[in-house]
Amino acid sequence: MAIQPGSVKREEHRLILSGAWVLQHYQQLRAQIALLKRQLPAGDAAPSSTSWTDGYTLELQGITGMDTAGASLVLDFLGLQWLEDDPTVVAELPQERVRLLKTVAATMATPLEPPTSQTSQLRWFLAGIGKRLESLWRQQWQLFGFIGLVLTTLVSTFARPRSWRITSMVAHIQQTGPNAVPIVALLTFLVGAVVGFLGATVLRDFGATIYTVNLVVFSFLREFGVLLAAILLAGRTASAFTAQLGSMKANEEIDAIRALGLDPIEVLVLPRVMAMLVTLPILTFVGMLSGIAGGALVCVTSLDISLFQFVSIVGRDISLTHFVVGMVKAPVFAFVVGVIGCLEGFKVSGSAQSVGEHTTSSVVQSIFMVILLNAIAALFFMQMGW
Amino acid sequence: MEISATNSTNSHLHQPSVQPLIRVRGLGNRFGTHVVHQNLDLDMYPGEILAVVGGSGTGKSVLLRSIVGLLRPCAGSITVFGEDMQQLSGVERSKLERRFGMLFQGGALFSSLNLQENVALPLIEHAGLSRPEAEHLGRLKLALAGLSPEAALKYPAELSGGMVKRAALARALALDPEILFLDEPTAGLDPIGAAAFDQLVLTLRDALGISVFLVTHDLDTLYSISDRVAVLSQRKVLVAASLDEVAATEDAWIQEYFHGPRGRAAQVATTAKKDR
Repeated sequence: MAIQPGSVKREEHRLILSGAWVLQHYQQLRAQIALLKRQLPAGDAAPSSTSWTDGYTLELQGITGMDTAGASLVLDFLGLQWLEDDPTVVAELPQERVRLLKTVAATMATPLEPPTSQTSQLRWFLAGIGKRLESLWRQQWQLFGFIGLVLTTLVSTFARPRSWRITSMVAHIQQTGPNAVPIVALLTFLVGAVVGFLGATVLRDFGATIYTVNLVVFSFLREFGVLLAAILLAGRTASAFTAQLGSMKANEEIDAIRALGLDPIEVLVLPRVMAMLVTLPILTFVGMLSGIAGGALVCVTSLDISLFQFVSIVGRDISLTHFVVGMVKAPVFAFVVGVIGCLEGFKVSGSAQSVGEHTTSSVVQSIFMVILLNAIAALFFMQMGW
Repeated sequence: MEISATNSTNSHLHQPSVQPLIRVRGLGNRFGTHVVHQNLDLDMYPGEILAVVGGSGTGKSVLLRSIVGLLRPCAGSITVFGEDMQQLSGVERSKLERRFGMLFQGGALFSSLNLQENVALPLIEHAGLSRPEAEHLGRLKLALAGLSPEAALKYPAELSGGMVKRAALARALALDPEILFLDEPTAGLDPIGAAAFDQLVLTLRDALGISVFLVTHDLDTLYSISDRVAVLSQRKVLVAASLDEVAATEDAWIQEYFHGPRGRAAQVATTAKKDR
C-alpha cells in the first residue's frame, strides 16, 4: 500500500502534491499546508477567494493513495473550484480518485459547521440557575403526584385480591430482604459499638457509665435502627429499582405494558413498594437487635457491666413506647424509598447516561427524604412526649 | 444506468485468480448443544459487495461476528488480509480490526455522545487527531452519510431510525476502513429510506473502493446493490455466486426465497429500474 507519506511543495508556479494522502498522515499534511499558506504572497493567500490557485499549475499525479480524510484536506486546501475548472488536472488522475474527490466535494459544497447560537456568559449562568430551580420544583411536584398515584392504585387494587401480584412481590422481598440482612446487621453492630464507646467516654466524667446501656438501647430503638436500615435500603434497593425500571423504560417495555392494557404502577411499582413495606420493618428489627448487641459487647468487655445486668436494666428502664416509635417509622421510610426509586426509573430517557443520572438522583433523594422525615418525626414525638 | 455500470466494472474481481480478502474455512460455531455453523467455507473478494442471506436463526450475524472477532469460533480458520485471525496476538489483531468498519443492527451509537463526537471518537483514539480536527472530519463523514450539519450536535435518542443508521454508517466509515461490515442495514427503514441507504452504500463503495460484507433480509437490497450472494442454510454456505446463479439453485428454501411473491416483486422492480 501507500508507504511514502503525503507531501505538498511549491516550486515557482507549480503546486506539487504527492505521496499518500491518508488519515495516518493527516496531521503532518495539515501542518505542511498551514506552513505553505503562510508563505504564500499576501495577495494570493486570501482564503475567501475561491480561485487563489489561478496562478499555479496543479500537479496531483504524484499522489499514491487517498482516503476521505486526505480528500477533504486536498479540497480544503485547493478549494472545490478546480475540480470543475481544471479538466487537464482532473484528466491526469485515476478514475476512482476523481470519483472520491467529487463525492467528498459534493458533501463539502454545503457548509459543514452546525449553526451555533450566541448567548452571553451571564445569561447562560442565570438560565442555568433557573433551569435547576425549575427542575427541582418539578421533581418535588412529580414526587407528590406519583405518591398520590401509587396510593390510589394501592387502594383500588386492595379490593381486588385477584390482581395482587404475590409472586412478583415475594421475589422482590427475597431480593431486598434476606440478602440485605448481613450488611445491615454488620453495620448496625459496628455503630452500636461506637455509640457504646462514646457513651462510656462522656458518661465516665459524671460517674454514670451505667447509663451507657440506656443510651445505646434508647438510640437504637428510637432512631438508629430504622435510620440505618432505611439508608442502606435507599443505597441498595432504590438504586436497583431505578436501574431496573430505567432500562425497561429505555427498552420500551413500560410502553409495551401500557399498550397491553396493563397498569405499570400495578404491575411494576406496587409489588416493589409492598416488598419494601414488608422488608424494611424486618431489617429495622434486625438493625435494632444487632446495634444493641454491639453496645452490649462494649459494655461487657470494657465497662464491667455483665450481660445479666445489661438485660435487667433494659427491662427496667426502657418502655415499649420507644420500640413502637422506631418501628412506626419503618413503613413510612419504606414507602418513600420505594416510590422514589420507581419514579426515577420511570423518568429515564433512552441514553445510558440518563440511567446513571437517575440512579444517582434516586439514591440522593431517598436518603435525603429519609433523614428529613426522621428529623420531623423526632420533633413530633418529642412534643407529644412519647 | 449506474447500477449496471458498477456491476460490470467489478466483474473482474470475481475471477478465482484474485486473492480473497476474507477466507473462511471449516468454521464451526456452537452455543451449548446448539450447532450454528459446521464446516462453513466462504470467500470475499476485494471491492465486491457480498450479501449474506438466510432464514432467521441460520447464524448470519454469528458469522459476521466471528469474522469481525467479536466471537471466538469453536473450529476452523478465518483469514483476513492474508492473516490468520486466530494466530495473531492481541495488538496485531486490534491493528487489523482498525481496517474494519462495522455497522451494528441497532446502530449501537454511544447514547451519551452526540453524533459528531460518536464519529470523532475512533479518530481521536486511533488516528491521534486533536478534538477540533476529529470533529471536523466527523462532520464530513456525517455529511457523506447524508446527514445535515444540524444533526451533528444531536444525541442518538433524538434521532429517527433512518438517521441512526446513517450516523452509524458514518462512524463505521470514520477510520476509512477497507472492509465495511453491515448487519441488516435496511431493517426498520421505510422503503424509500432503505432504497436511499442502498444507493449510499453503492456510492461510497464506488468512491472509496471499499469492500462490503452485508447481512440482510432485504430482497430489494439484494437485487439493487449486491455483486455476489451467499446463502446460509443447513449450518453452512449452501451457495455463493452471482444473484442469477443463486436464484437458479435447486433448494427449497432458495426457491421459496427468490421466487416467492416478495422475491418476484423485488426482481421486477429492479429490472424495471435498470431498463429505465
